[in-house]
Amino acid sequence: MDRTFRDGLRAVAPFAVAVAAFGVSFGVLARAAGMGSVAPVVMSITTFGGSAQFAAAAILGEGGGVAAAVAAAVLLNSRYVPIGVTVAPWLPGGVVSRFLRAHLVVDETWALAAEGDGRYDPGVLLAAGLTLLPAWVGGTLAGVLLGDVLPDPETLGLDAAFPALFLGLLLPQVRGKRVAAVAGAAIALVLTPVTPVGVPIVAAAAATLLGLLGLREDAR
Amino acid sequence: MSAAWAVVIVVGLATMSMKAVGPVLLGGRPLPVRLTRVVALAGPALLAALVAINTFGSGRELVLDARVVGVAAAAIALWRRAPLLLVVAIAAAATAAARAVGA
Repeated sequence: MDRTFRDGLRAVAPFAVAVAAFGVSFGVLARAAGMGSVAPVVMSITTFGGSAQFAAAAILGEGGGVAAAVAAAVLLNSRYVPIGVTVAPWLPGGVVSRFLRAHLVVDETWALAAEGDGRYDPGVLLAAGLTLLPAWVGGTLAGVLLGDVLPDPETLGLDAAFPALFLGLLLPQVRGKRVAAVAGAAIALVLTPVTPVGVPIVAAAAATLLGLLGLREDAR
Repeated sequence: MSAAWAVVIVVGLATMSMKAVGPVLLGGRPLPVRLTRVVALAGPALLAALVAINTFGSGRELVLDARVVGVAAAAIALWRRAPLLLVVAIAAAATAAARAVGA
């Protein structure tokens, strides 16, 4: 086994539990929203993007219609265009291999694979993706099947697991890049009340351009 | 076709396309140096945005709830160099405790 693949397996372990637990709650929510039991599982395999799936299921459950559900989910996942560009140079193989590896890119796997200097480790990305995709899909299946007998992840405080994990991934990368980090957080918070869900995260990517301007000062 | 299946199929195809467009079109070739420097900043900017939104965001509203307690506890644990698994457990436990007492 590739060394970085093993590193990836070790690094992704803290995420697998939280991702599986939220897969369960997506399954429960999607079932309650009238999505049936097969469609939510297929969605977890093909979309593999938690926030977009939650948004789509919630909108369908409120009777918001197909167009609104699709628009929200696509907006939320549009951050994967710039994220895909960042990993593109590091994915090996032909078109099919790169397409399949790109599917394993989610916020968590992308952040774990980052080496902090703009480089990404494809072994870590593969190991993390091949762990989190089954955790997410298996959790969804459990949620669809077991429904209400399971405890609410929010009662267990698991909704705080994601910001805690992202904070843990941010800190090793932030050195010399504080301007970009602060700008990203500030832009996201300022835009949240005034734009559709999903836009603030994409706009935060624009903070990288501000960060580039501030880089020289910050590195001193 | 039901509304659920329409959403599943369209969102699935759109997401796979958005994830793949960079890797399939650019894959294997190094980015120009200037773009690489921007890309190196994308990690901290997007991660900080994800921390902020997952801590304070609730749909299109900003709220202060029990998650803040958990993230603050996680920040202290990270500062004390706790392993990430412990950090997550502390964050969840602190949030669950805060929620149990009605925060």
